[in-house]
Amino acid sequence: MAQDDHSGTELAAADSSHAETVPAVKTGTALIQSDAFENPGFPPHRPRVTDEDPKKEKRAQRTVYTLFYLSILGSIWAIAAYMLFPMEGNDVGDVRLNNLFIGLGAALALLGIGFGAVHWAKAVMTDVEIADERHKVGGNQVAREGAVKVFQDADRESGFSRRAVIRNSLIGALLVFPLPAVVLFRGLAPQDENPVELLSHTMWKAGTRLTLDPSGVPIKASDVTIGSAFHVIPEGLSELHHGKLEEKAKAAVLLMRLNPDELNELPDRASWSYDGIVAYSKICTHVGCPVALYEQHTHHLLCPCHQSQFDVANHCEVIFGPAARPLPQLPIMVDDEGYLVAQSDFTEPVGPSFWERH
Amino acid sequence: MSTATTREPQRRTFTAAASNYIDERTSVSTFVKELGRKAFPDHWSFLLGEVALFSFLVILITGTFLTFFFQASMAEVEYDGSYVPLKGVEMSVAMASTLDISFDLRGGLFVRQMHHWAALMFVAAIGLHMLRIFFTGAFRKPRELNWVIGFVMFILAMGEGFTGYSLPDDLLSGNGLRIIDGMIKGIPLIGTWTSFLLFGGEFPGTAIVGRLYTLHILLLPVILLALIALHLMFVVVHKHTQYAAPGRTQQNAVGPPILPIYAAKAGGFFFLVFGVLALIASLFTINPIWNYGPYDPSPVSAGTQPDWYIGFADGALRLIPPGWEFVLFDRTWSFNILVPLVGLGLFIATVLIYPFVEAWVTGDKREHHIVDRPRNNPTRTAIGAAGVTFYAVLWAAAASDIIATHFKLTMEGVIHSLQALLFLGPIVAYFVAKRVCIALQKKDREIVLHGYESGRIVKLPGGEFIEVHQPLDEYDRWKLVSYESYEPLMIRPNARGKITVGQRLRAGMSRWFFEDRIAPVTKGELEAAHHDHH
Repeated sequence: MAQDDHSGTELAAADSSHAETVPAVKTGTALIQSDAFENPGFPPHRPRVTDEDPKKEKRAQRTVYTLFYLSILGSIWAIAAYMLFPMEGNDVGDVRLNNLFIGLGAALALLGIGFGAVHWAKAVMTDVEIADERHKVGGNQVAREGAVKVFQDADRESGFSRRAVIRNSLIGALLVFPLPAVVLFRGLAPQDENPVELLSHTMWKAGTRLTLDPSGVPIKASDVTIGSAFHVIPEGLSELHHGKLEEKAKAAVLLMRLNPDELNELPDRASWSYDGIVAYSKICTHVGCPVALYEQHTHHLLCPCHQSQFDVANHCEVIFGPAARPLPQLPIMVDDEGYLVAQSDFTEPVGPSFWERH
Repeated sequence: MSTATTREPQRRTFTAAASNYIDERTSVSTFVKELGRKAFPDHWSFLLGEVALFSFLVILITGTFLTFFFQASMAEVEYDGSYVPLKGVEMSVAMASTLDISFDLRGGLFVRQMHHWAALMFVAAIGLHMLRIFFTGAFRKPRELNWVIGFVMFILAMGEGFTGYSLPDDLLSGNGLRIIDGMIKGIPLIGTWTSFLLFGGEFPGTAIVGRLYTLHILLLPVILLALIALHLMFVVVHKHTQYAAPGRTQQNAVGPPILPIYAAKAGGFFFLVFGVLALIASLFTINPIWNYGPYDPSPVSAGTQPDWYIGFADGALRLIPPGWEFVLFDRTWSFNILVPLVGLGLFIATVLIYPFVEAWVTGDKREHHIVDRPRNNPTRTAIGAAGVTFYAVLWAAAASDIIATHFKLTMEGVIHSLQALLFLGPIVAYFVAKRVCIALQKKDREIVLHGYESGRIVKLPGGEFIEVHQPLDEYDRWKLVSYESYEPLMIRPNARGKITVGQRLRAGMSRWFFEDRIAPVTKGELEAAHHDHH
């Protein structure tokens, strides 16, 4: 550290002392030219206008303290704005004014200090540059040998290398001791539930009525006109006290009525629709966003998150985008009163794929 | 100076007495003497890291204020605040308290917006700072480890951003979490259970906001603070890099002293960053959750976007073609999730290890304190340009729907173009950047050898017009000639007479890096050039 006493030497002094030392370390494939230019040393110091013109210097000083005074003004303004622009009514305009004027006051307070300090440094403070000597980052030879000796002494005295059984058992213990802490984190999720089981079922059961999202009003088949689409939740979802969103995240359904001629149904699913009315899971099979955009004339569903597109006329197969699987279909029928009901739960897990899904 | 030595009798001012009191209890004078007059090299590009640091301080200050009012609970309440359109709507306490901060707490919206803007600025500044470090080669020995620390902080900053974005439990942030949940579930073997543990049961559950809050205000900030301390400590140990200029060498650090000039500038700059963020927060709305409403798994609106720094990951998801999912061995393999995850993982891993790769290729074990002009290492600059292009295409992909609607293009057309660009763009960027660098180097040589064009046209007695070229003075010339180039590595057999695979690879990479190179002008060349003129 004694060498560090050089730090702070002004440029003129440092100027003479940079004979490039020959590097002792490997230069790799660097091409070091023998007749490269030499560093010309520091250029002559160029005074600023404020160094040469006392008037300009005075003016710079005035600018600096004016900025600081402006900052004080800004702070006072912000405090005044806090009181002058209350947010008492239900008027969003109040919020806007409160935000704007407190904010502008604070900005002036901060920018005043900032510009003032920087201007002070650049225009008024003595314009010096200094050159510090750099030292190799690694410790010097004495320090390194000293450190090695410390470790050797410690090793000899403790027997860390020699007493292998003690050392290895310690390493073993240190490796094992965090494991209980890891196990404790099992408690992050409920003990007695299995996600695979939960993901495989939804609220839909045989006979569950299809109801409007979010009102919960049951839907009559006769109300579903050709070309219309409804956002649907199972009956009773709105009344759930626990796990409403969890159930909705699986059970949300889109109901659409197509002209039966345009509907191309799989043979084993012919009975899953009612007179051109089909119900499909609204949860994207890619990463689970709601597939909420229905294009009526093409019968395409578009997921707004990653633009996967599903063709409702062709059992919701993927026609574009990163999703891989069709949207699961909810088998529906009509009950005695003419309301749409589910025939059963979905026959496959809805939503994003997961490892145990097959 | 207030170090209060007793060498000469002086008037016992209050400052002197206080300094003495403190020093006798802390030995602070040693630090002041050691650090107070250190030279700190100056350049506008060195401020990018400062913007990141100061934005982080603003985030800490505003975030602490917000913790006094935000409640990280997912219990359901009926909203009863001042924002009329949402009155009576069921939402989580987290959402309701965020609305209260915005509509019922004076200045609350201002602080909330400043916090969000500062977070966006924080990640942006880190990104630009990293690009500056990369393109100037400031990551070379002895600063490789600091590159790694900075890289980790970049990842943590994105984590901080995402966890914070998710806290208000509004429709947009809930959808963001839904996407995260879907991605986690797509990870083989551990995905399903990881999601189950993270959300404390099925998505969305009632635990996630509280858990993210712990990460957001405790775990991640503590790690970030520790890493920032380490990062800055390394800056002190290494001393700051500097650009080539007359008088600056690998053995010195040239700049204004820390006290007073650097301290005033950097201190002032903190207030400037703070002030600009305050100005933005007072003028521009960010994340208007009241327009989105509370989270509900069913509705979503078109054209929703994540915060900008998550865009590249979202874009990667969008670019996967249909059908990349298979059932194999009775298990689902979601390559539509895995490929983006692994692809991005490899991309950022490349960023992480780049300094070590370059060091291995050059074999240069010297310390480098003078940073490169990007043109003087064309291959590195070209690799950087390719990486930036790759990132930019992914980022653009996150706005594929907006691009399609704004420019009246088909969704399919946009996605297919971006898919092609993701591979072609970096290749084109690589070659363009490399050629531009080499052209600029040639121009530098030209200027050194023949001077710059003075714009003065002279008619010679014979009627010929020439433009007078003005030679450079030695100081200007130094900036153009003071760099080193590297030669491609020659493969040589090792002591056992063998050429190892590693050697071959290194030689191949070295050829790739340094085959096209322009060496700086030497004294001999300049003399020869002058000779030609006469």
